[in-house]
Amino acid sequence: MIPHRMIIRTVVAGIFVCFSFAFGITVKAQDGKSLFNQNCASCHAIDKKLVGPALMGVEDRWPNKKHLYEWIRNNQAFLKTGDPYANKLYLEYNKTAMNLFPQLTDAEIGAILKYISDYKPAAAQPAAGAAAGEPAAESDNTLLFGILTLILAVIAFTLMQVNSNLKKLTDVKEGVDSPEPVPFWRNKTYIAIVTVILFLIGGYLTTKGAIGLGRNINYEPKQPIFYSHKVHAGINQINCLYCHSGAMDSKYSNVPSVNVCMNCHMAINEYKGEKLYNADGEEVNGTEEIKKLYEYANFTPGQPWDASKAKPIEWTKIHMLPAHVYFNHSQHTRVGKIQCQICHGEINKMDEVKQVSELSMGWCINCHRTTQVQFKDNGFYSIYEKYHQDLKDGKIDSTKGVTVEMIGGTECQKCHY
Amino acid sequence: MEQKKHWQSFGELTNSEGYQESAKDEFKEDLPVWEDDKGLFSAATPRRDFLKYLGFSTAAAMVAASCEVPVRKIIPFANKPEDIIPGVANYYATTYIQDGEAVSVLAKVRDGRPIKLEGNELSPITQGGTSARVQSSVLDLYDTARLRFPTIDGKETTFENIDAEISKAINGLGNAPIVILTTSIASPSSKDVINQFIAKHPGSRQVTYDAISYSGMLLANEATYGKRAIPSYKFDNAKVIVSLGADFLGTWLSPIEFAKQYAKNRKINEKAPTLSKHYQFESIASLTGSNADERYLHRPSETGAVAVALLNAINGQAINLSDAALKEGVKKAAADLVANKGNALVVSGSNDVNVQIIVNAINEALQSGGKTIDWSSTYNTYQGIDTDFARLVEDMNAGNVGALLIVGANPAYTWFDSARFVAGMKKLKFAVSFNPKNDETTQLCKYVIPNHHFLESWGDAEPKTGYYSLMQPTIYPLFKTRQWQDSLLKWSGASTDYLGYLKTFWTAKAGGETGWDKAIQDGVLNPATVPTPIGAAFNSGAVNGALAAIAAYKKGGKVEVVLYQKVSMGAGQTASNPWLQEMPDPVTRATWDNYIMISPAMAKTLLGIDLNIAREADNYEVTPAKPVVKVTANGKSYSLPVLIIPGVHPDTVGIALGYGRTKEIGKAADGVGQNVFPLASMSGATLSFVATDATVEKTGATYPVALMQTHNVYTTPQGTRTEVMKELTLKEFKKDPEEIRNDRQKELAPFGGLKNFEKEGTIYPYYDKPGIHWGMNIDLNACTGCGACVIACHAENNVPVVGKPEVLRFHDMHWLRIDRYYSGNPDNPKVVFQPMMCQQCDNAPCENVCPVGATNHSSEGLNQMAYNRCIGTRYCANNCPYKVRRFNWADYTGADSFPDNQRGIVNDVVLMMNDGLTRMVLNPDVTVRSRGVMEKCSFCVQRLQEGKLKAKKESRPLISGEDNKWDVKTACQQACPTDAIVFGNVNDSHSAITITRKENELRLFKSLEQLHVLPNVTYLAKVRNVDEVAEKAEG
Repeated sequence: MIPHRMIIRTVVAGIFVCFSFAFGITVKAQDGKSLFNQNCASCHAIDKKLVGPALMGVEDRWPNKKHLYEWIRNNQAFLKTGDPYANKLYLEYNKTAMNLFPQLTDAEIGAILKYISDYKPAAAQPAAGAAAGEPAAESDNTLLFGILTLILAVIAFTLMQVNSNLKKLTDVKEGVDSPEPVPFWRNKTYIAIVTVILFLIGGYLTTKGAIGLGRNINYEPKQPIFYSHKVHAGINQINCLYCHSGAMDSKYSNVPSVNVCMNCHMAINEYKGEKLYNADGEEVNGTEEIKKLYEYANFTPGQPWDASKAKPIEWTKIHMLPAHVYFNHSQHTRVGKIQCQICHGEINKMDEVKQVSELSMGWCINCHRTTQVQFKDNGFYSIYEKYHQDLKDGKIDSTKGVTVEMIGGTECQKCHY
Repeated sequence: MEQKKHWQSFGELTNSEGYQESAKDEFKEDLPVWEDDKGLFSAATPRRDFLKYLGFSTAAAMVAASCEVPVRKIIPFANKPEDIIPGVANYYATTYIQDGEAVSVLAKVRDGRPIKLEGNELSPITQGGTSARVQSSVLDLYDTARLRFPTIDGKETTFENIDAEISKAINGLGNAPIVILTTSIASPSSKDVINQFIAKHPGSRQVTYDAISYSGMLLANEATYGKRAIPSYKFDNAKVIVSLGADFLGTWLSPIEFAKQYAKNRKINEKAPTLSKHYQFESIASLTGSNADERYLHRPSETGAVAVALLNAINGQAINLSDAALKEGVKKAAADLVANKGNALVVSGSNDVNVQIIVNAINEALQSGGKTIDWSSTYNTYQGIDTDFARLVEDMNAGNVGALLIVGANPAYTWFDSARFVAGMKKLKFAVSFNPKNDETTQLCKYVIPNHHFLESWGDAEPKTGYYSLMQPTIYPLFKTRQWQDSLLKWSGASTDYLGYLKTFWTAKAGGETGWDKAIQDGVLNPATVPTPIGAAFNSGAVNGALAAIAAYKKGGKVEVVLYQKVSMGAGQTASNPWLQEMPDPVTRATWDNYIMISPAMAKTLLGIDLNIAREADNYEVTPAKPVVKVTANGKSYSLPVLIIPGVHPDTVGIALGYGRTKEIGKAADGVGQNVFPLASMSGATLSFVATDATVEKTGATYPVALMQTHNVYTTPQGTRTEVMKELTLKEFKKDPEEIRNDRQKELAPFGGLKNFEKEGTIYPYYDKPGIHWGMNIDLNACTGCGACVIACHAENNVPVVGKPEVLRFHDMHWLRIDRYYSGNPDNPKVVFQPMMCQQCDNAPCENVCPVGATNHSSEGLNQMAYNRCIGTRYCANNCPYKVRRFNWADYTGADSFPDNQRGIVNDVVLMMNDGLTRMVLNPDVTVRSRGVMEKCSFCVQRLQEGKLKAKKESRPLISGEDNKWDVKTACQQACPTDAIVFGNVNDSHSAITITRKENELRLFKSLEQLHVLPNVTYLAKVRNVDEVAEKAEG
């Protein structure tokens, strides 16, 4: 029961989050920020000079907008056209070659440029997308039911007492000889009922406790660096896969290496966002935390960085599966097209990450029973001719579709081998 | 079907009491019972105590479990290399090198650790095939006995220090020459390195020493063809193959290549059935002999005489052989050879120059040159000439050698007169060993600079002229070791290291930087066009001399000894590998020992064991203790246990080389068997591994041998093996191709016949099989029994090693075994090998007896095993008709939290396999099973899941063998050098498995089909190319 509700809640939340992430084709202004962070921020800042020039007012510096787009997409090719401004810029920055971005569409470049032109220095950034991600508050009636049950039980008890007293009165009235009344705490019926109830409650709690052994829901260990997912994935809209790139290809969703952090933090060396608080409510100095990263990276701001001198960061693992469970991220993300948040919760709202889901077998199985596979979209499933026919014939409810379970996704050796 | 009687053991042959007993029970142990039989209350643990223990342990477990969950760390890279994704395996092409042998392989590297080797399909030599030794070599990388740093006089030192010391020592040599003693070096760049060193140090030279030498062939070819080389053999072009004691499918010259070629003509096209014909003349039972169509026995001393007789018979002259059967065989073989001139091949395993000259003459008479023998490319894997090394030993003893640099060679162990070699070592100024272990020779060296394992090395190899195989490191060196080439370059004052040298060498050869990159990526560089086979000019001058020499050979004594190589052990280089030690020898099915192989006839005369009598067969077979016999030859005596093996010549005994190592080699090698190299001798110019005059005597002692022969016995009606395994002759098959199918039809007729058997032969419901349904097919005609699959399965599936004491208790854990069946004359029987693993029955009897549902069926046809559900009742194993389930009697893998599950139960070898270093070989995708759970073949489910995922990611159906493209291959299938195993999706009409089953429907059968267990493994019946129609079973 509990997992069900939780899954529904998580799914609902996840769907909201998906919308807020806008993985669609339309490009919105907020994507400009995320695109900027992903593509540009490692070499450019808007208001100061880094490896590349400060980008504030870049559109004004370039007379021809078309040229600017070409330059951004493939600066090397554009240089060859002999454009004087581009070549001057190139020489000014010691012939440091800019990366090529052939994948960026005009709309995306437009979004980045819009983000740059709208940028207001030191202004508090609105927590974009936060409002959209608010899940509908769900009413929890457990307490109400509990109080009702209790009241009813008291009423029943009182009525039973009244009943027995009345019976006794009628007996006396009719002259029937009845035994001395036994106080209810010595009444065998009551004792039996209480014993049974206590046994049931005790048994339930014991079983529940035993099942819960080794499960770490809500586990939120302290990490070597106060890394806020909220700041990165939430406020700054960095795509999960930018850091956890293995999630699409591997069984592991890898924790990023120091050089991935440094891609951005070469440039970003102070924290200017909202105040950060740790789990105990103490304030955390973001800039200090970035300095901790620099210690691991062996980096001094303003000086060139030698990546080979970096030391790895020992993070504390949060999501743990038993050794006899095989779980593959890419199966779920790339093939199943499941969003990260469905299992990991609203990571984009957490500062330090905690485990949101139970990660128990029942939790997995329940999801496998209800989740549809990409039956029509993925060519792999074309071999299930019978199911395709059944779908066509309406033998399979098309709203429920072909679930993971129907293609054997709840069998032992799908996860245990 | 009336079939010939097959038997696995003598007990089965005689239907002895012991056999009946063993066939009855799956497990040999009785259930533990109370000491005194007075009831439960007086038992050691009465009911109340039991309840107390139960309560306490439950409470204790709760307390223990509710303690803090251990904190685990994730440590990402500091700088992630771009091409590495944690959790995704990369494959690197490299080369397996052991002594001269070089096999192109792909190393599977998972998170920085090489964990599995696969054959490189780009190599035209091995074509993706591997052997048991290749498969096992990845474990050697993590061998705890490897030397971990350079030493001077046994004390650890630095490379700078040892380089300085050795340079000083070299300068102090004066005129005394340096000798570089190597095994055969097939690496062109290494040869250059050696030459460079020699040029820098005038007077020094290289001596090549092969423990198992092919000098007989090299010298014979020099005498008759003018080339000191060994040509390529083309077994695939041969319609008639005669082998005079050459174990070319197991150990001779290039067994993977030959097995691949051999299998081509052993697979049958059912529409036009033909088979090559294979004659084997030998003295002891070998793997190749077991595969032969016709097999004849002779004394080892008669090898020359048999070769001469064959030559004479081919030339139409009279044959002079005393043994009538042998004479008949030679005549028959000669007639077949002559009839197939140009498509015939004769090979000999002898190291005798004269015999090899005769063999060359035979091949010349058969016009094999340019057809089955190809001189366009010659082998570089064996170059050692025995007399070179013998002369070196004399030089050393005479004080004519200043220093010895030893690369790979270990003559203190493998040279027959090792005492003389050891004495010579003492007269040197100094010796340097580059061997990876503190072996017998290294122990005699002042300086030791251990070499990298091949998986840590750069390098190249040219196993056959024109065919190159490159080597790249797949892991950063685990220890402070250095490649010997680096040392030599340093000492010759070269400015580059070996990698730089190699790169320059190959950039020039392979066509620039891109050529080098491609060569490293492919792992091989082949001739642009496949050269057409060519012959060589034959000079018959030496033949008469050889004939005369053979005629003058002494007759053998009462008993003769053959020293042979096991498929697993070779000359002992792999002795420390527990996988290989525990691999049952294909012929004897014994593990963990060497022993004396004798014939049933000798057993009768020498030991008084008549195996035709049921009681005596039991006495010999039921207990593992085997009688010990003392063999004396060349003045040396060995007392070793005896194994009675049908198919050994009555006056010959066989003993395997490569045993009797010490703990310095490794725990697995320590004290296992005895070293019989000293029984070899120099005979003329070459080393002879035969002692023609020996005596054997009974000692009365016994010694236990861990034999797996009788471990998994089926209860089929006595003698009728037809239910498990089917065999017929080519003649029968041609006469009545439908025989097997008709028999199946007849047998299943009461239950719906072949067509409806699945639905009508049962009261269980019928289940749909949508999507994928896995199936396997094994061609018994192609399977040679070599055991590569057995080791591949170990490596892929983390199958534990249990050690000899546990094998003796029938606790072996092999998921895949190769059953050996005999039929016919017990003195020289026919042999069939049948790989047997979980048959993944669709109506599996193991599944419905599991009380906890730990084993059940998947919609893809897999018989699943959920280890964490298993409570170890072993009902499933009891109910398995194929005896393929394995129970973890002890904590072999160290997977439990309690060391008490190991202490005193498993031996040192098993503990060594649990060492942190050795455990690096484990496949992280496969659960390491703990004590008390059942396990079995899973069809490599981790590979199936990976293959499916790959197809899903690419949004296309899974491909299993369509146009030879594969998303999934099981480990056994991939390892098989003869492609006997085909695996795939039977629901896919284009898959290789569907096509194979369809094209071979006449020979197709399922083991124990009538039980209606519906196995997903099918077999193709063995067809033997003999004229006679098989003997019919009795009764």
